[in-house]
Amino acid sequence: MALLEIKNLHVGVEDEDIKILNGVDLTLDTGDLHAIMGPNGSGKSTLAAVLAGREEYEVLDGEILYDGEDLLELEPEERAEAGVFLAFQYPVELPGVSMTNFLKEAVNSVREARGQDELGSADFLQYMRERADMMGLNADLTKRSVNEGFSGGEKKRNEIFQLAMLEPKLAILDETDSGLDIDALKNVADGVNKLRSEDRGFLIITHYQRILDYIVPDHVHVMLDGKIVRTGDKDLALELEEHGYDWVREEAAAAA
Amino acid sequence: MSTTALDTSVRPEDRFISAFEVNHGEALNGTNASISKQRTDAIERFAELGIPTNNLEAWKYTDISSVIDRPYTLPLAPERPSLDTDDIAPFLIDDLDAHRVVLINGRVDEVLSDIGDLPDGVVVSSLAQAGSTHPDVVEEHYGKYADFEDEALTALNTAFVQDGAFVYVPSGTVVEKPIFFLHLTATEQDLLLQPRHLFVAEDGAIARIVEAQHSLSDAQTFTNTVSESFVGEKANLEHYLIQDQGPSASQVHTRAAQQKDDSVYTTISATFTGEVVRNNVTIEADGSFCESNFYGLVVGKDDMHVDNHTFMGHVQPDCSSNELYKHVLNDESTGVFNGKVFVSRGSQRIDAYQQNDTLVLTKDAEIYTKPELEIYADDVVCSHGATTGQIDEESLFYLRSRGLSKRRARILMLQAFAQEVIDEIQLDSLEEHVAERVRTRFSSYFA
Repeated sequence: MALLEIKNLHVGVEDEDIKILNGVDLTLDTGDLHAIMGPNGSGKSTLAAVLAGREEYEVLDGEILYDGEDLLELEPEERAEAGVFLAFQYPVELPGVSMTNFLKEAVNSVREARGQDELGSADFLQYMRERADMMGLNADLTKRSVNEGFSGGEKKRNEIFQLAMLEPKLAILDETDSGLDIDALKNVADGVNKLRSEDRGFLIITHYQRILDYIVPDHVHVMLDGKIVRTGDKDLALELEEHGYDWVREEAAAAA
Repeated sequence: MSTTALDTSVRPEDRFISAFEVNHGEALNGTNASISKQRTDAIERFAELGIPTNNLEAWKYTDISSVIDRPYTLPLAPERPSLDTDDIAPFLIDDLDAHRVVLINGRVDEVLSDIGDLPDGVVVSSLAQAGSTHPDVVEEHYGKYADFEDEALTALNTAFVQDGAFVYVPSGTVVEKPIFFLHLTATEQDLLLQPRHLFVAEDGAIARIVEAQHSLSDAQTFTNTVSESFVGEKANLEHYLIQDQGPSASQVHTRAAQQKDDSVYTTISATFTGEVVRNNVTIEADGSFCESNFYGLVVGKDDMHVDNHTFMGHVQPDCSSNELYKHVLNDESTGVFNGKVFVSRGSQRIDAYQQNDTLVLTKDAEIYTKPELEIYADDVVCSHGATTGQIDEESLFYLRSRGLSKRRARILMLQAFAQEVIDEIQLDSLEEHVAERVRTRFSSYFA
């Protein structure tokens, strides 16, 4: 059974006559890393948002199966408990919410859902230190409010750090590479590579091929106008880098 | 005559005036000349001003007259309810190692107080006692900062003053432990109380004063407090107030401070319960290079009405002031914030900041907020802002996407919102006490 199966997914914006996704099909197996590439406005981030359970989108048709279950039935927190994780394109600053308290609650709610014991304060702090160390996250950041005053790169690293803390089964990265300098890009890619495993799937959404120099995908999809129009292996990403999206668009138009 | 029942057959102003006439020179006697000599002027001024109504701009959103127009009893002689340390235990603050003074119905209770050893020259006592032991200090400062000319309730308090808290920290003296005043109401009768406090930190003095208000009773009470503080040159006074007297208690709390050169004064209030609570906070920076800080947290529930009315008077150059009031309003509660900043002609290089932020959790909760700037100098930086809204949806989604329930996410966001004020509390034990009170309150929300 596939970890994630998206079938004929049509999505619009609640209360508005706008359609963003027009029949997306995608199957992702555990252990695989898929990349979805596409130009701005093609619907990539909307797909990520729908997977995480954002309420402003309306699913008009189709279904999403996660571990064989209907993902769309679940609240955002239930998805997190079931092992779905979204690394946000724009991580939110939460002044007054300490990283430690936030992550302790998050980790323990996910652990509880998995039938694991809650971590006490000492065990949690040790676990957090280990993971920060593993992800190369400046430990000082864990003493601050969530994302408050973090640089763009620190926010993205913090998303990957949270991924490492929560150990999801399905990790969705929404343009995690955008706006990063080369060091941060390598750091984020390094973190993802450390977290790749046989019992975890990744869906990486990106505008550019560059992060795929560091994270080698098993499959690459091209999304245009709310549909996946082409699927290939890592070489497809290089082709897109070289030739842009126009040739895919022309091919798709010709096929239609 | 130990108490005077107010005659409710006449208009409220006349009740007080006749109670004054009956008791003047007797229950309202003169232990201290400077306290006594202001009484007659004050009651006359009260008679002229009358109890404030909504027609006055400063009282537009708070109807205090209907709260005052109730059949209260005025206790005018010491009457000690039989309380012991077990009764006050629930209101003590964990880990707060302090010089403790307990006031019951506005009067210092010697038995329940535990002042301990104070540095040389420092006085922590009742105002009544200070009137005879330190008449010169009382003479110099009493009635100098809380002006009753335009404030009917300050005039009323000044006419009826009997007791309250007194602190005197002489020049250059540091009081390391906080001075903790626990104000309790304990009564079977509906009482109208008028405590009067005087806090004097002379040049170079450093002290922290914590006041907490609680009630042991469900009787209706109205407390008209006037508190005056003097902060001398290079002195530093932190002044905290926890308001938690329960749903049948109303109050007008006037807190007036005057600062001299290079001093720092910080007032922080946290309001958790009360039927109608009006805080008049006035700071006059009567010296250069003063720093003045006002912070307030209002956690409104049920039909609480809390009005913070602040005045920052910059009458000397080169000073700064910071003001931050935050409201979290649930149920049908109402918040009012009015913050006036006055900068006199010639008070150049003033840096004044004011912010009021409110989270409104229901459609029935309301906030009225109004900044006022009155500036007569040209080289000043004054900024003010006010926000009103709901819990940020994007932040909630972020927390939920990490596995927190919608309810936990909302509670965490409320705590975070309140935290900005709580962070300003410099005393760790008090900070934890307030944070815990806030956590407990929010944990009951969204059930």
